[in-house]
Order: sequence, then C-alpha cells, then structure tokens
Amino acid sequence: MIAVKVDSVKKTFKAEKSVVTALQQINFDVSKGELFGLIGPDGAGKTTLFRILTTLMLADEGTASVDGFDVVRDYKEIRKRVGYMPGRFSLYQDLTVEENLSFFATLFNTSLEENYDLVKAIYQQIEPFKKRRAGALSGGMKQKLALSCALIHRPSVLFLDEPTTGVDAVSRKEFWELLRDLQKHQITIIVSTPYMDEASLCDRVALMQNGKIMEINSPKGITENFKKPLWAVRGENMYQLMQTLQASEAIDSCYPFGQYHHVTFTHAIPDSQAEIELAKIAPVLEVKKIPATIEDCFMELMRQ
Amino acid sequence: MKQFLFFIQKEFYHLLRDKRTLFILFGMPVVQIVIFGFALTNEVKNSRIAILDQSKDEATASIIQQLEASQYFDIEKNLQSEADIEPAFREGKIKLVVVFPSQFQSTLLHTNSSPIQLIADATDPNVANTLTNYASAIILDYQNNIRGNQDFPYTIQTEMRMLYNPQMKGSYNFVPGVMAMVLMLVCAMMTSISIVREKEIGTMEVILVSPMVPLRVVIAKMVPYLLLSMINIGSILVLSVFALDVPIQGSLLLLVFECFLFTITSLALGLFISSITNSQQTAMLISLMGMFLPTIMFSGFMFPVENMPLPLQVISNIVPAKWFYYIVKAVMIKGLGFFSIWKETLILAGMTTMLMLISIKKFKTRLE
Repeated sequence: MIAVKVDSVKKTFKAEKSVVTALQQINFDVSKGELFGLIGPDGAGKTTLFRILTTLMLADEGTASVDGFDVVRDYKEIRKRVGYMPGRFSLYQDLTVEENLSFFATLFNTSLEENYDLVKAIYQQIEPFKKRRAGALSGGMKQKLALSCALIHRPSVLFLDEPTTGVDAVSRKEFWELLRDLQKHQITIIVSTPYMDEASLCDRVALMQNGKIMEINSPKGITENFKKPLWAVRGENMYQLMQTLQASEAIDSCYPFGQYHHVTFTHAIPDSQAEIELAKIAPVLEVKKIPATIEDCFMELMRQ
Repeated sequence: MKQFLFFIQKEFYHLLRDKRTLFILFGMPVVQIVIFGFALTNEVKNSRIAILDQSKDEATASIIQQLEASQYFDIEKNLQSEADIEPAFREGKIKLVVVFPSQFQSTLLHTNSSPIQLIADATDPNVANTLTNYASAIILDYQNNIRGNQDFPYTIQTEMRMLYNPQMKGSYNFVPGVMAMVLMLVCAMMTSISIVREKEIGTMEVILVSPMVPLRVVIAKMVPYLLLSMINIGSILVLSVFALDVPIQGSLLLLVFECFLFTITSLALGLFISSITNSQQTAMLISLMGMFLPTIMFSGFMFPVENMPLPLQVISNIVPAKWFYYIVKAVMIKGLGFFSIWKETLILAGMTTMLMLISIKKFKTRLE
C-alpha cells in the first residue's frame, strides 16, 4: 500500500532577480510502514519537499498525495494525520518538557495518556527531566522531546526534517533506534539527513542533489550499483597524496574519507596490480580494497 | 473550549516566565506617569531672569518685587548696562531680561506712558512665549494697581476662566496620552512579537500542520495581553487620581469600556502586524515606527492636531489613538457621557472590526 506518492513535482522560488529551482521533476513512492530517507547536502531541496508534502507549500507543477489524500485539495485531512518535525523546530524553550508535550497533545485533540504506548520508549528517556524547561535540555534530549511531540497524536505518516543535525553521535544512534522501533507501529517515516552514514539505516533512500533525485534504492542496492573496484589508500602526507592522485590520468577519482583516500582507477586493472600502480604515482603506505559506502556512491553520482 | 483555555494558559506561562519583560510591562506605565507628572512638564516655573534697571526708582522696584514674588521667575542677577545683556544670554542660564529705561517713573507720571522691554531667549519659542506672557501679565497688574481709583471712561476688562482644568495642569493632557501609548505598546507590539516568535522558532509550522484552526492559537495569545492592559489602565488611573490629582469626572464604567475597546483595537493592530512580518525585529520596528510614533505625533497628545497642515490632519484621522485620546479626555476630564462620544466610539469600533477582518483574511494557512 502506498502511503506517500510524489508525481513530477516542481518548485521554484523567486529570489531578487533570478529564479531558483528548488525541486525539479521529483517522483517517488513510499509504501506504508517504510522508513524512507532523503539524503543530500544542504540546499538539495529536502526541506522544500517536506513542506510540500506537509501542505505548507504549494508545488508549481505535479501532484503529491499523503495517505491517499491530495496535498492541495485535501490539506485539512492530511493535517489531521501526519506528524511533522521541522528542521529548525526548537520547541518552546520557556515551557517545561511536560508542558511542551501537553501543548502539542492539546493541539491534536489528544493527551499523553491516550497514546502513551507509542511514545513510551522515547518519553521514558526524557521523563526524569519532565519538570525541566526545554531550553535547558541537551541537543539530543531536545530532539527526542520534539519527536515525542510529533508522535503524540499517533500519526500515520511521520515527516522528520534533519532530526539529527547538530546532535552528538551517540544520541544520533539512539534516535535512529527509536525510529526503527516506531516501524512496528505501522508508521510510515520519511526522514531527511545530510549524514550519509545514516542512509544505511533506512529501508530505502533517495539521493538528492540540486533539487533532483539522483537515485532511489535500498542502501544495499545503491552500494551494489557501484561497479568499479574501490581502494582505500593511506600515505605519509595525505594532502599531497590526494593532490598527486587527483592530477594523475590513471586515477578516475580520489576523495578524502577520514584516515584514507578512496580511489578508483580510470581503466580496470587486476587487484594485485593496484598497489604497484599506485606506488608508481605517489608514495603510499597502505592500499586495501574496500566495499563502496553510500557516500562513495553519492560522490560518483554527483560527478555524472 | 478546554483547548482554548489551555492555549491561554500556555501564553500566561510565556508571559509570566519572562520576568524582565513582565517587569517592564508593569513598570512602564508607572514610570511614564511619574516622569510625565513630575519631571517632564511644559509648565514654566522658576525660570531664571535678569533685570537691567536703569532707573532704580519706586515704580521699577515695585515691579521687580512682584516679578520676584511670582513662582514663575527667579531673579538671577542685576545687569548694569545694555552691553551685559548679550553675555548674560550666552551663559545660557537666563531666559528673559527685563529692561527698564532711565527715568521710568517720571516718564510714566508725566507722559502717562513708559516702555518696558522684555528680551527673551527664543531658542525654545514656547518657553519664550510663555515667559513674556507671564511678565506682561505681572506688569499689567502693576499698571492696574497704580491706576487705582481713577476712572477711565472706557475700559474693557477680560476675565478668564479655565474650564475643566482651572489650574492649567499639564497632567490633564498627558494622562490620556500615556494611556494610549501604553496600550499601543503592550498590545500591538507584544502581541505581534509573540505571534512572530512562533514563526521564528518553527512552532508555527507545526501548529499549521495540525487539525487546529491556527487562528485559535493566535487569538489565545491576545487574552493575557488584554488582561495585562486592563491592569495597566487600573494602575494609571489610580496613580493619576491619587498622585497627580487628575480626577475622573465622567463615568468610570464608560471610561473602562472605552479603554477595553481601544485595547482590542491595539490587539487587532498587533495581529495585523504579525500577519505581514516574519521576524521579531521587523515586528518590533513596525510597531514602534508605524504605531508608537503616530500615537505620539498625531493623537494630539504632544502637538495639537488643529495646528497641523491639512494633509497631516487628514492622516491623523486614521490613527486610532487620536480617537481614543479624544474619548478619554472627554470622559475623564470633561465628564461627558456616552452620547457626546458615540461617534468617536463608533469610528474606533469600525477600525477594530476592519483590522480584525483584514488580519484574519491575511492569516496564512500555508507558509507562503
């Protein structure tokens, strides 16, 4: 069953004198209960897409539906049944955790008690601080509270716009575990993130760049599509190594990834030859073959 | 209804937890009344003057004595020659110099007329005007005295009576003005800021994506400010009656009703401002520039509207504070009843309805 359907949606903004295209020809479907990720850097159009789907903005062209309701015609129906956590959502800093929750519960004509089973897992983590003002919570706690607020009315589709931005690594991990848990309640979740490593936690992801979806697939499918052998290379002077490799004709791509550079060759060479070939170009300390990550695929797609 | 009450409760939390703003909101009217009542006043008292007496006879001594005795003047120094006049003004302390010519009394007695020159520092024209008027009045008084019992065939005597404000107190004028100012500030500015804040922190997006009619959340925002304003009105009235001796001549009930109406007008203005702005700074600037300044300038509280050029007089008609100011003066100072102010009340009510309708219509159900 399809929960969210987006059909050739286009959106432009008028800025000063030029026209900025935020979204062009966006198509995708999300089925019920799916955890769908929109992955892309800032400015890719993720927030605009969210706003169109949550009926906050109108698309220039194309149609979209949520839970079978058209985002333009039936916007009131959609507003009853979706949960939305905007990117810059910061709750009411001067209200306590409890008051924030009851406000959003009241907003949706419900109460914390009514849907306690749904938010229980999340709320239990922040319950010790329920008398504390939201402004005094840590970034991770704030996001958990915001998620509880978005869930309080048992939405059928949940839109989370960059929920983990600005949150530490541990809290991010916890947050994703919570999302996985929510799937048990048959809630469709669409989440956007600029962090590529979070993509692997989704059922399916759409890689976005400059208002376009470059690829939609399961994380596994996306990495499997990366056909070229990928090599992680380490050297004495990493910066110089990158410059030398990028300048070389034999090297197709070279991107820095933490301690290693991820390198592909222009022409296929036998695995055993790779280290020798690389040593010819620049001094290397370590060369190993690795499977591609989502980020490698993203970089590759961006180049095309 | 339960929801609505909860929203109001939430707004009270916002208001009560921001201690500093709350203090300013409650303190502002008190401070303004005190400042306007005791410090800032355009009544002229104890002005320093200088005397250049080239005659030094009985008549000049008597006039000088009367000048000295009045509460308006303090004689700072006696000048010796005309050359001292300019330097005396340059020092900046002296506002007025009274010059008696030589042989003042004998000229007066022999020719039946003698001049006195009043030289005033007109850098502040109003003060100069007032001072010369006061001095002329004192001199005229002296003239009437020496005329004594002699009968002049034709004399017209003017007798003045200051109605409604016999002591010519400035506070009669500014209490209504301060009321208009405070209501404008508390209601228009604070509501617009608090609504726009919801847009800024992103909660408005969530409120929009909910089954709630967003306008209800917004209307709930007005209630605490309405209450706060009524408290402020109370404190202004108490202060003006007991500290400034400005009595409430008309019906208190009517006065409170009119204040209530103007509060709603200001709230509607706040709602309107919030519907056209997206940041707290803009909302504040518009409230200050677009509402607060016109309130001061065009309500007649500081500058009489009748003296303005016609285009400005026309503009002043769209400033709600002008009508409110008129109403409060009529009810509070003149003691008039509803039938004398129904027209102004109607205009104010009309403006309120218009503003409400426009803002409700402009209130966006989406972000764009």
